[in-house]
Amino acid sequence: MTHIIQFENVGLRYGNASETLSDLSFSLDRGGFYFLTGPSGAGKTSLLKLLYLAQRPSRGVVRLFGDDMVTMARDKLPAYRQRIGVVFQDFRLIPHLSIFENVALPLRVAGQDEAAIGQPVTEILNWVGLGARTDALPQTLSGGEQQRVAIARAVITRPDVLIADEPTGNVDPDMALRLLRLFEALNQLGTTVIVATHDVQLLTALDHGQMLRLDQGRLVDPVGVR
Amino acid sequence: MRFSLPDLPPAEAQLFPEGRMAGPMPWVIAVMIFLTVLAAAMGIALSRGAAGLDADLAGRVTLQLVEANPIRRAKQADALERYLAGQDGVRLFQRVSTAEVTALLEPWFGKAGLDADLPVPMMIDVVLDPTKPQTLPRLRQAVADLAPSARLEPHGQWLGPLVGVMGSLVWLAGLLVLLMAAACCAIIVLAARSALNTHRATIEVMHLLGASDPQIARLFQRRLGLDALFGASLGLFAGSLAILLLGYRFTAMGSELLGSLGLGAIGWLALLALPLATALLAMLAARLTVLAALRHML
Repeated sequence: MTHIIQFENVGLRYGNASETLSDLSFSLDRGGFYFLTGPSGAGKTSLLKLLYLAQRPSRGVVRLFGDDMVTMARDKLPAYRQRIGVVFQDFRLIPHLSIFENVALPLRVAGQDEAAIGQPVTEILNWVGLGARTDALPQTLSGGEQQRVAIARAVITRPDVLIADEPTGNVDPDMALRLLRLFEALNQLGTTVIVATHDVQLLTALDHGQMLRLDQGRLVDPVGVR
Repeated sequence: MRFSLPDLPPAEAQLFPEGRMAGPMPWVIAVMIFLTVLAAAMGIALSRGAAGLDADLAGRVTLQLVEANPIRRAKQADALERYLAGQDGVRLFQRVSTAEVTALLEPWFGKAGLDADLPVPMMIDVVLDPTKPQTLPRLRQAVADLAPSARLEPHGQWLGPLVGVMGSLVWLAGLLVLLMAAACCAIIVLAARSALNTHRATIEVMHLLGASDPQIARLFQRRLGLDALFGASLGLFAGSLAILLLGYRFTAMGSELLGSLGLGAIGWLALLALPLATALLAMLAARLTVLAALRHML
């Protein structure tokens, strides 16, 4: 297996504060399934931001798909972002767009033909159990439903890497398991999956997932075995 | 860089959901374009009027023979006419009839007519060829030789200051148009910044989904361009009505000078191009503002 993500001595500092992340060195394999865990304030969200290219590190090297993201020209980053699906903890759905349009947005951003958008969006919304509510606005949905829309939006482009920040935080155990199976199915199709979670049930539900444990901005168990 | 109004899919066009004319920008632009149209129309009309006067006055000269003795006055006039007839640089000359001179003096002497003893100057209107500038100094010399008491008055000398004032007003109108364009730009930049703040969350999501800066800028560009086009068209419509009304009033006054201040086809075309120019300016300003703001994001 080749490495799809590589961190070498990565540190992240916001302003003049002390480092939020320190000396992170690890590699994630293409097609791997990873859980990112750690107590609140350990730096999970900051690490995810580095992974989905919302932030550059203060030091060290971050390689995605074999390319150095630290020195990568800013105008080249959108092409890399399009290969990464993200499920945000706060969903970040666009409130005035229907859930269909929210899920279709990554395809439109990627320049997909309008004619080729309807079917995959409908399919994925059916899969997450929202096929009957395609015209609903996000604010009319429950937290769990919004989370499923966020997941549908993240996976609609079949990304190379899927990053999910607490993706099952607002759904019932059955739906959490269904979503995990969706991630697993994508993983089997070749997508590298990284899930930040506190959900112990989720951590134990998958046989082959590997764990990254963060504590106080440092990796305690870099890509260790559970 | 693309500055066209892109035909976006409905959903993409709805990413910034406010309807047309939702904010103050189109209305402010309508007012500014209304003023710009008036200033530009004034500039164009005055420029055309000044050019017309210049062309009209160039080479026109009046000779006034003020010799008191009528016999000598008539001899001088004959001598001058003979001289004029033999000059290449003289296109036309014509003695002004006594009746015309009397009519000219009527406001001062009344309808009763002139006293027979009152010496009335004799006048000769002369049109010189403007391409032969040496004709006027030669004529001046001839007048000095043949009729020393006669006066030579180039028409340009009377109306020259008026043409100068008209020229200054043309410059002032140009300056006003430039100031209005700068103010329009400032308003559009403010509107773009305001829209950026309002839609920051949407922009961040699009950014993280892999939208490029030009893709995001295109949405703002289109939105602000359409708003500016609408506002500018409204301003042009109101401004054109005002111009037509003023033109009608000037014509009704019967003044030859005011009546000549038309815009012409090219002038109207220039005014009609204002909304399009405003929309293009809006799109450019919006694009540059948004791209500058997006550069602060990774």
